[in-house]
Amino acid sequence: MELLGHYNYYVVVILMMIGLYTIIARGNLVKKVIGLNIFQTSVFILFISLGKISGASTPVWRDGVEVYSNPLPHVLILTAIVVGVATTSVALALAVRIHEAYGSLDDDELRGSHGPDDSIT
Amino acid sequence: MVAIAVVVIRDLFSAAMLFAIYSLLSAALFAVLDAGDVALTEAAVGAGISTILILAVLTLAPRYETGHKGLDWPALSVVFITGGCLLWAVSALPIFGYADNPIHAHVAPYYIENAYKELGVPNMVAAVLASYRGSRRASCLPQPGSCSC
Repeated sequence: MELLGHYNYYVVVILMMIGLYTIIARGNLVKKVIGLNIFQTSVFILFISLGKISGASTPVWRDGVEVYSNPLPHVLILTAIVVGVATTSVALALAVRIHEAYGSLDDDELRGSHGPDDSIT
Repeated sequence: MVAIAVVVIRDLFSAAMLFAIYSLLSAALFAVLDAGDVALTEAAVGAGISTILILAVLTLAPRYETGHKGLDWPALSVVFITGGCLLWAVSALPIFGYADNPIHAHVAPYYIENAYKELGVPNMVAAVLASYRGSRRASCLPQPGSCSC
């Protein structure tokens, strides 16, 4: 019961590990952004899981419903998703600019080059 | 799990598609966990806009990932140390789904009780996000039992 009661949180930790591994190990910048998004989603699932009450319903007022899940984590995460899209688009825009200037999206190749590559642009 | 496939696959186009599937699945999970608004936002924004943005980048940048293959052991060890610490921390969280968990005992009952009575907005998430957080009622912070608005 103890183990089953934390099942959601274990899934969150595993997703977070996948996302973190992608950010660290993958050289490609677009792949890093995807990893960042997976990491983000794991945090979202953590918050929404905390707000859930078993047998409760969506926090929209209706007749005959007594127990609602906690609406406050939902508010937080709604904002966080929108912020997440903003950071994703900024990161992808930076990736495009880096590709235009250096001709590569790979971490190791970028570290080896010195200054913008004029021959490719 | 779809998330692992997203990491492993080297064709970035497939990765973008798999990431859209992953976002849709997490939106379904949010719907199951009673977060209708969050599920809608995640489906529209995570599966929609993020995928379009990644595809737009792929039209400007190379489609295939280069660089070394195989596992990166230092990174893997860092990830497992972090994951181990988090698993240890997570075991101290309250059991999933009980109504008397500490998170449900603070200000949340105030919003659930009064959002519809005070504002006439049936959706509590929208009420908190737009009405309570707005400047109109900023002077009236929820103090259980002592609100004079």
